[in-house]
Amino acid sequence: MSETKKMMDKPATATPLNPRKRAIIVGAAGGIGAALSRKLAREGFALALVDFNQQAVEALRDEINQTAKETRALAYQHDVTKYNSAPELLRRIIADLGGVDSLVYVAGMIYFPALDEYNFAQDSKMVEVNLLGGMAWMGAVAPLFQNAKRGQIVGVSSVAGDRGRIGNPGYNASKAGMTNYLEGLRNRLTRHGVNVLTVKPGMVKTDMLKLPGAPKPVLALEPEQVADLIWDGMRARKQTIYVAGIWKLVMLVIRHIPSFIFRRLNF
Amino acid sequence: MDITQNFVQLENFGHSHSAPAYVLKINTPEEVHEAFHLAKKMGLTVTARGAGRSYNDSALNGGGIVLDMSDMNAIMRWDKAEGLITAQPGVTLEQLWHKVEPDGWWTPVVSGTMRTTLGGCLGANIHGKNNFKMGTFGEHVVEFTAILPTGAEVTCSPNKNADLFYSIISGLGMLGIIVSITMKMKHIYSGLVSVDAFPVRNLHEQLTALQDGAPNSDYIVGWMDTFAGGSSLGRGQIHAAHYLHAGDDPNPRETMKVQNQVLPPYIFGVFPKSILHYFMTPFANNLGWSMVNLAKYIASQRKHTFRQPHAAFHFLLDYVPGWEFSYGKGGLIQYQSFLPKETAESAWTEMLRLSLKNGLPSYLGVTKRHRPDKFLLTHAVDGFSLAMDFKVTEGNRARLGKMLQEFDEIVLRAGGRFYFAKNSETSADTARAFYGEETVKKFKKLKDRCDPHGLLESDLYRRIFG
Repeated sequence: MSETKKMMDKPATATPLNPRKRAIIVGAAGGIGAALSRKLAREGFALALVDFNQQAVEALRDEINQTAKETRALAYQHDVTKYNSAPELLRRIIADLGGVDSLVYVAGMIYFPALDEYNFAQDSKMVEVNLLGGMAWMGAVAPLFQNAKRGQIVGVSSVAGDRGRIGNPGYNASKAGMTNYLEGLRNRLTRHGVNVLTVKPGMVKTDMLKLPGAPKPVLALEPEQVADLIWDGMRARKQTIYVAGIWKLVMLVIRHIPSFIFRRLNF
Repeated sequence: MDITQNFVQLENFGHSHSAPAYVLKINTPEEVHEAFHLAKKMGLTVTARGAGRSYNDSALNGGGIVLDMSDMNAIMRWDKAEGLITAQPGVTLEQLWHKVEPDGWWTPVVSGTMRTTLGGCLGANIHGKNNFKMGTFGEHVVEFTAILPTGAEVTCSPNKNADLFYSIISGLGMLGIIVSITMKMKHIYSGLVSVDAFPVRNLHEQLTALQDGAPNSDYIVGWMDTFAGGSSLGRGQIHAAHYLHAGDDPNPRETMKVQNQVLPPYIFGVFPKSILHYFMTPFANNLGWSMVNLAKYIASQRKHTFRQPHAAFHFLLDYVPGWEFSYGKGGLIQYQSFLPKETAESAWTEMLRLSLKNGLPSYLGVTKRHRPDKFLLTHAVDGFSLAMDFKVTEGNRARLGKMLQEFDEIVLRAGGRFYFAKNSETSADTARAFYGEETVKKFKKLKDRCDPHGLLESDLYRRIFG
């Protein structure tokens, strides 16, 4: 696997009295991904950290292992738009971890266009990273979980997928696709004992909000708060969670705004 | 080849641990070769699995390939004049005695369940209640053939490829995959054994009874009430059994028939045992099992002698099918330690006291008498073993784990050993300490020779040799 670089020993094998859970986090070095990785490591998970940014993902791995004083995380460099390489890397990771309990897809990117800007290059990139990469990874792990009759798929979508809005149709479409794909997976896999959790964060104080054209933060959470809430949802094997919970109410209202009003609004 | 469809969550016998693997059904030796090729191509490791009757992770290979050998279960040759049987590795002990007993033979060494396969019995080099007399399973193997990951097919006996004979047997499936076994059976003159049952009041009496009873018995096994403390610590019951001599049984042809050996499917003639484990579940806690142990001890006060079919005497674990499910969601683990006869009493006194003090009693204790053997990764000692079953719960994992670490230290200090059909928590450091550096080095050297690419790995291998 030329694009993948693995270092350090494997995590200790699980035993009946130390039934170590294992998670794969795709997009581990980003804001939410890194916070969730640290959280799951503290909860005792063995982790496979997958990210495009090799330096960042290896630094995160080292930090987690040093804090835990044992090998708890492995790092893999991977480009989620190299869809065909996902199944093979997944197989390698499952062998390295000795199994897998949860797969978290949190890789994402955003571009903030001007209101009169139609940027197909950026739109397609958002669909590739936010949706197609997720389909490649989740679609690769789904049959394994289905056959094993267990497992958990966590997809980080967004409140932005609930409606198409004036500001960013491309991003909205990528996240709507993600939400819809996760719902379909859930309907397929629940009957096989697999939990599919859709996470819809509102605004999160990550680097995304520092990009040019980014909106002013409203109800924004720290990545660490988001990670705690995702872990709560994972532990309770929830179906869909809004992060923070208040967004559930906000989006309930927004989802019910009739189109003849919505198309006149400026958000 | 797409092996996605083969991804299955596999469990240990105690339902306390599971790991997913790509399971390949093996029917022929050629398929073993193919599996090695596939594993190499995919960068995955391989473990063979028989009946999945190990209490630990020896037949699990998380994220790797597991070869399901259970369909490779033909008995190829049975020479009833000589008592020599040649069989494939997926043959179970049940198949074996069904085949040989009607002709007046019995498997010289058997486990407490007849569901185990020959391959598994050789990998762990199992023992029975006659270890002190007949040694381990491997001592009755005349010859076997194994496929090494190098692609070589080797035939081994005590005289041919002796180094591989004494290391592949006991080698936990990590040197090669056995595809054919020839064994010598033991001649018997009846389908019954004569059993003496008598109580012992404490650990000292228990071990003395095993020690003194062994030379005059064909089998000897102790049951221990692991809830009893104080001066009754280690109390229980001994079962010592003898083969019947020629002429003792007026109708051996009849008693050796399979239908007269089979464990009855009903209790009191009406209650189906297949559902009994559901009724045991409410008792699978400290209080319930302390009552069971007490009742059993009271019942054991009667000293008596009786005759029993071989199968009924040996295969206690099969008496209540599915009993291991009664332990509930967390399942059970077994901790078996082997101690030299000089140190056993003091070490087990310390361990039993610790378990009672911590409120982590074993629900079932079984003692046996052992002798050393020549196999490389041997678990045997000139002494005794004590097997303890522990229920695993969400709440006791950490405390139980800590206590078993203390047990490990006590056993190591006392010069004891462990057995990897059973122990699930023993660490690499502990394994290295009791095997000894030289044995580990010898084993690794053989591993490099038989498996230079490291294709054979199990969760157990990674745990104790990783």
